[in-house]
Amino acid sequence: VTLKARIIPCLDVKDGRVVKGVNFVDLVDAGDPVEAAKAYDAAGADELCFLDITASHEGRDTIFDVVRRTAEACFMPVTVGGGVRTVEDIRKLLIAGADKVSINTAAVKNPDFVREAAEKFGSQCIVVSIDAKQVSKPGEPERFEIFTHGGRNATGIDAVEFAKKVVERGAGELLVTSMDRDGTKAGYNIALTRAIADAVHVPVIASGGVGNLDHMVEGVRDGHATAVLAASIFHFGTHTVREAKTHMAAAGIPMRLDG
Amino acid sequence: MTVAIIDYGSGNLRSAAKAFERAAGETAHVPDVRVTNDADFVAKAERIVLPGVGAFADCKRGLAAVDGMIEALNEAVVDRGRPFLGICVGMQLMAARGLEFETVEGLGWIPGDVVEIKPDDPTLKIPHMGWNTIDEARPHPLLEGIDTGPQGLHAYFVHSYQLVASNPAHVIATTDYGGAVTAIVGRDNMVGTQFHPEKSQTLGLEFIANFLNWAP
Repeated sequence: VTLKARIIPCLDVKDGRVVKGVNFVDLVDAGDPVEAAKAYDAAGADELCFLDITASHEGRDTIFDVVRRTAEACFMPVTVGGGVRTVEDIRKLLIAGADKVSINTAAVKNPDFVREAAEKFGSQCIVVSIDAKQVSKPGEPERFEIFTHGGRNATGIDAVEFAKKVVERGAGELLVTSMDRDGTKAGYNIALTRAIADAVHVPVIASGGVGNLDHMVEGVRDGHATAVLAASIFHFGTHTVREAKTHMAAAGIPMRLDG
Repeated sequence: MTVAIIDYGSGNLRSAAKAFERAAGETAHVPDVRVTNDADFVAKAERIVLPGVGAFADCKRGLAAVDGMIEALNEAVVDRGRPFLGICVGMQLMAARGLEFETVEGLGWIPGDVVEIKPDDPTLKIPHMGWNTIDEARPHPLLEGIDTGPQGLHAYFVHSYQLVASNPAHVIATTDYGGAVTAIVGRDNMVGTQFHPEKSQTLGLEFIANFLNWAP
C-alpha cells in the first residue's frame, strides 16, 4: 500500500479572518486565511480545512470569498465546515471552490440530511464531523457520546452508532474530534478514534488535543485514522508541517514527503 | 489556446479552471480557459476537459442533459482528434459501461467497465482517498518529466470505483491500493486520470502543462 497518511491544518475563520492567530514569519497579513492557506500549501500540507465560526448571518458570505481566493492560489483539497445546514449551503461552498464540506449539527439533528447531501453531490465531498466525549468511567466498558455547541450540549447519542448511521447514509469521510481533549495538548482520544475507525469502512480524520508530533503518530498507528488534523501546533509555529511529516515517516507511517 | 472545461452540473470547476490557467503559465500558450455548457464552444475548442465528481449514472445523466454536448464531444474528440482530458468520473465516463448502482452506458471510447475497487486487504478504507504514487505501464507524453514510481511524486485520489480497461494497451498508469488500480487511461488523442490533477500540486500542474503542450 502506498496511500499516504494525510496532515490537515485547520484554520478557524470568523467574519473572514483567522482567529486564534497564525504565527508564521513572512506573512503579509497573518489574519487573512488565504495567506495562511498559501503558507500551508507551500509547507506541504496534504489538505486544508476551514472551520467557519461566524455567528452572524450577515458575516456568512465572507467564507465564500475566502474559499474563492484560496482556490485560485492553492492546488490541494480544501474542506469547509461550520454552519452547513442546507443543500444550498453545500452548493455555494462547492461552487466557490471547496472540495468537501463538513456537516456537524445538521447531521446530528437529522441524519437523513447526510443522505440528501450525498445523493446530490456524491459521498466524496460529504464529511461528517463528530464531536464526542468519553462518558464511561474508568473500568466501565468504553462509551462515547455526541456533544454539540462546542461540547456544551450532551445529546445522549452514542458516537459509534451515530458514525455507522451517517456512513450508511453516504458520508464519505468522518472528522472525529475528542471534545474532552480539544485544546488540552494531551493527545487525541485514541480509544474514541479507534472505536469509530474500526466500525466504519470510510476514512477517519483524528482531531482534538494534539500537543506534540508523537500524538499524530498515535492517531494513525493506534487510532487507525488515515488523516490527522491539527491547529495550534502549526499556527503558533511550534512545528512545521514538514517536521510533522518527517517525524511520522520516521515512526514508520507512509507519508508524502515531496509536497 | 481555447480550453473548454465542460460544465454539466458536476463539482468544483473553479479550481480546475484556475489550475489550467496556472499551468498554462508554464507553457508558451496564452490560455483562454472557459467553464462552459455550450456545445458549440466545445466542438470548436482546441483542448477539451471533462471533469466530474459523484456517481457515474448521475454524471452521465447530467452530461446527456446538456443539449448537443455528447454529439459535440464525439465530433471534436473522435472525429477531429482534439486533445481530451477526462478527470475522475469524467475519466470513468470514457468507458463503455459504468456499474455503480445501475448499469449505464458511458461514452464508449475506452472498452471496459467501471467497477467497485476491492482491495485485497479488507482493512483498507473505501473511498481510496488521499495521496498516492503512480506506476507507469507505458511511456506517455503527458508523463514526460514527471517522477513516477514508489519514490515519485504523488497524485490526489478520491474514488470508490475504477475503470478496468478490456485492452491493457489503454492503461497508461496504475496506482497501488491493495492491488493495482487504474490511474491513467488513454488512446490516440484522449487521456483520462482517476486522480485529480487540479488538486495534485506539483505533479498535477506539470501534467496539465504537458496536456496543453500535447500534439497527438
